[in-house]
Amino acid sequence: MRRVAALLTTLTLLLASPAIGADGNAFESGVFEPPRAAPDFVLQGSHGSPVVLSKLRGKVVVLAFGFSYCPRICPVTLARLSEVFKNLGPAASEVQVLFVTVDPERDTADRLREFLQFFHPSFLGVTGDDEHLKAVRREYGILATKAASESKKLGYEVHHSSSIFLIDREGKLRVLVPFGRPPESISHDIKLLLAK
Amino acid sequence: MSTVFRLRSLVLVGAVLTLGAITLASVVPIRFESREELFEIPRGTWARRMAGQNVDILPQEIRLVLGIRDILVLRNRDDVPQLFGPTLIMPGQTFRLPFDVASEYQFACTAHVNGQMTVIVEDALTSPWARLRWRVVRIVRRVARRQQGV
Repeated sequence: MRRVAALLTTLTLLLASPAIGADGNAFESGVFEPPRAAPDFVLQGSHGSPVVLSKLRGKVVVLAFGFSYCPRICPVTLARLSEVFKNLGPAASEVQVLFVTVDPERDTADRLREFLQFFHPSFLGVTGDDEHLKAVRREYGILATKAASESKKLGYEVHHSSSIFLIDREGKLRVLVPFGRPPESISHDIKLLLAK
Repeated sequence: MSTVFRLRSLVLVGAVLTLGAITLASVVPIRFESREELFEIPRGTWARRMAGQNVDILPQEIRLVLGIRDILVLRNRDDVPQLFGPTLIMPGQTFRLPFDVASEYQFACTAHVNGQMTVIVEDALTSPWARLRWRVVRIVRRVARRQQGV
């Protein structure tokens, strides 16, 4: 009888419980608290020079992992980021998109430059040797596995994590944007990071 | 008054109260501005798994509701990083993930024995059955947490 009474009391309290408000977290995507320093790397850039992540401090970095032959995911992500850059207007100059390849075999610096220019001239591709790229992926928890492609022309594709990371001006890994977020939502979170 | 009569009355009152509570739980709308569903990976999870124990800390399936702006909150209290979906959650770190599309999400998760977790995001709790289920699950989780001392 006591148990029934306790259950009924709990139920009544739950029914009457007030709304739990948001904690002031205004980001629309996934947030890390406390944020950790984004693991640093030095990789070959598609502009011909090495890219050192930590040297981009002062800018908001949008970090994406993918490959230029990706048939479904990467073109969507990059097209959305291109839309984000339009939304940001002049503030876009304070944002750097880094596209880290998961397919160094085919993604040379030249190939990445050619591919990324289609989306935005400022997007920077990065590549390197397989071992080095694997280490970077491990640091960020990115999964990438080679698989046979349905298209004979492609030969193979790489199944990979499709989220993107937002790194703040201080080099902290702050936000994870899951695949499929609308450009407005990504712009919103980038603007918050730019304002801080 | 005989003991049998008293017992019957008590059972009757209990049944009426239970029925009333169930009716209320299924009828009263659920309203929140935003709500956090917290799941914790306790300290020692990795070590226990390495020792061969069958540790299943998080539920295999997590249900969230878009209509009350549920936010999935994962806190890693373990000593090692845990992979959740596409990212690593470092020791002591919390990851908050809101959803904006009702769907079924499959995530890789090292806190699960089979390495997988399903998050089902529902649109809204419109039917009485959905409201009742939501409230019952919440009570069960609270009781379980209390027993675990979380």
